Amino acid sequence: MNRYSRRILTNRIGIGLSMLAMAFGLLALLWILWTLFYNGFAALSWDLFAQDTPAPGSEGGGLRNAIVGSLLIVGATALVSTPVGIFAGIYLAEFGGKSRFAAATRFVTDIMLSAPSIVVGLFVYALAVETLGGFSGWAGSLALSLIAIPVVVRTTENMLLLVPGSLREAAFAVGAPHWQVSLKVTLRAVKAGVLTGILLAIARVTGETAPLLFTALNNQFYSTDMSQPMGNLPVVIFQFAMSPYDNWVNLAWGGALLIALMVLAINIVARVLFRRKSSD
Amino acid sequence: MSAHQQAVDGEAILAVRDLSFYYGDFRGLNKVSLDIAQNKVTAFIGPSGCGKSTLLRTFNRMYDLYPGQRAEGQIIFHGRNLLDRKQDVNLLRARIGMVFQKPTPFPMTIYENIAFGVRLYEPLAKSGMDERVEWALRKAALWEETRNKLQQSGLSLSGGQQQRLCIARTIAVKPDVVLLDEPTSALDPLSTAKIEELINELKSDYSIAIVTHNMQQAARISDYTAFMYLGELIEFGNTRELFVKPKKQQTEDYITGRFG
Repeated sequence: MNRYSRRILTNRIGIGLSMLAMAFGLLALLWILWTLFYNGFAALSWDLFAQDTPAPGSEGGGLRNAIVGSLLIVGATALVSTPVGIFAGIYLAEFGGKSRFAAATRFVTDIMLSAPSIVVGLFVYALAVETLGGFSGWAGSLALSLIAIPVVVRTTENMLLLVPGSLREAAFAVGAPHWQVSLKVTLRAVKAGVLTGILLAIARVTGETAPLLFTALNNQFYSTDMSQPMGNLPVVIFQFAMSPYDNWVNLAWGGALLIALMVLAINIVARVLFRRKSSD
Repeated sequence: MSAHQQAVDGEAILAVRDLSFYYGDFRGLNKVSLDIAQNKVTAFIGPSGCGKSTLLRTFNRMYDLYPGQRAEGQIIFHGRNLLDRKQDVNLLRARIGMVFQKPTPFPMTIYENIAFGVRLYEPLAKSGMDERVEWALRKAALWEETRNKLQQSGLSLSGGQQQRLCIARTIAVKPDVVLLDEPTSALDPLSTAKIEELINELKSDYSIAIVTHNMQQAARISDYTAFMYLGELIEFGNTRELFVKPKKQQTEDYITGRFG
């Protein structure tokens, strides 16, 4: 065999192996999605949105309390983590520079990015649930915020670092103070990227279960009181999926589909936003 | 010669005295002294790395943004040394504006690009701001092209228009001095001609300092020219004299294209 045909053979083997690896990964993914859609769409009904989670042994039921609870908890998370994350990101990119404090913040943020979410849940349990009188929606939002904030911080910082120095100098050159340069010029220049980061952070926490198990817990009844235990989709799925009741398992499939669709929608919006870039 | 005082006829808006500049340990300027004449155009020429941009960036303390860069000496502006620690740099930059090599419109509307700087120091009502925006755009010869799209993004303009927008934005705050750092090097010849025309008109209201790589441009638009080399001011004087009969051999070599 000459060198050339051997090279072609190596190439074919290489491509074959990578196709195999891709097929393996894709197959698992499609299988999951197919199962989810198959069972999830079967569980979809008006009752899913109109009724609350059923008591053990009773028939039917829906996920209204869990859907509303999830929206409230994730909504509060977005309201907390967006400003905190953006301002921390601005600090790191525009003010902190190479200072020790900024370096420490970056290091801690990176650790938080990869911290297991169950640890975050336990942390908030010890910090807020045990001391402040029990499980609550707020505690759930706090735990999710701790997961979302680092994502927002790092995307904001990385986006701001992409702003050309000349734009920053130009803003200083008209006599603008530093905070105005950061908020009105550089942040605005990368707002599409920052928004994408926020959306991806929200998408990530939407499906988090472990932090909510220790914080928001669950609530069988419809409640919009964030200071009380609160129903939410991930924990309901976790409990119902392992239950012996058929209607519960069915509801878990419906809830899983809802979360998947929600995350999908957020991801699509984020992609569209990022592609369109900010052109004001 | 660089240690000598370099005076101009008439009033000096900026008087640079024994100015040295350091990037960390590297000395970028060595005891430069010269005057920037009021309502005249002063051009800075010289090969890359000669310190002409560095000099320009000391006039509005742009180097303050970067730790490790520092200036020594004096730049007298309205009777005070603007290099003084106590000088408020934001106020200084509102009085000494700057236009950069690459057009840098802010990511906002054409109207807001101009209003942004004005709003920082003058609380104008809506009608007053409208007038100011129109005034600045007219001054920058951009009004006719933009009057019907003031609410569009500044980034939607062409490169030459963007640069005129940056000039409009700079003069809108009514500074005393306008610094131009190679303002036409990223533009095509037609846009360049427009900007040069504009500079000529602006000098009745502003004192202008321009850094340029283009010697013909310096000869065309400036009243005074400074030739710099390796951080030193080699020759400074009336533009015509400097180009027609330079006093220094180095200047002559540079403007005749023998080095640089």
